[in-house]
Amino acid sequence: MGMALVRAFLGPTEYDRMLAANSFGTKTVLLIALGGHALSWHSYLDVALLYAMINFIGTIAVMRFFENRNQSEKQESGGAS
Amino acid sequence: MNLLLEWTSAVFLLTGGFLCITGGVGLLRMPDFFSRVHAAGVTETLAAPLLLCGLMLRMEWSLEIVKVLMILVFILATNPTATQAMAKATLTGGQRPLVADPEAREGGPSSKS
Repeated sequence: MGMALVRAFLGPTEYDRMLAANSFGTKTVLLIALGGHALSWHSYLDVALLYAMINFIGTIAVMRFFENRNQSEKQESGGAS
Repeated sequence: MNLLLEWTSAVFLLTGGFLCITGGVGLLRMPDFFSRVHAAGVTETLAAPLLLCGLMLRMEWSLEIVKVLMILVFILATNPTATQAMAKATLTGGQRPLVADPEAREGGPSSKS
């Protein structure tokens, strides 16, 4: 998790940051599941499941945004030249 | 039987933790984005089922096991999808993967060694 955070802070492009965020989220789900069992919290598995869903939806949404932005930029430059 | 379950779950948990650390090292030290995607995606897709199976072997039989199974199936379904979406968005954005020998792609005669 620490290494994913370091890559998120010094990643050269925005894609690196998004990849590090996704990897960090998956590891957080695993940490919640294992740590909740070890410390005997209540209803920690619901939290982990919800976190996994939000992580996936957020990654897909940001990636769709990047893709659309790139395509619209390409179309604009193609129309201008 | 109990001892067997304990040892199996310990082996699963240790292998999963090792894979997580390997993914972190790959995420830090790989040279370009596509190899980083490979390192993160592959290791996490294997590490999450290992860790959650090790957790399931340690729990008593209740509804919680079904929830862990749901998390496992969800991560197995979504993690490769997210990785593929990232790689596709990066290719659309204009980045190209690093190739060791640029002439090898064009099939020039000097690339054969």
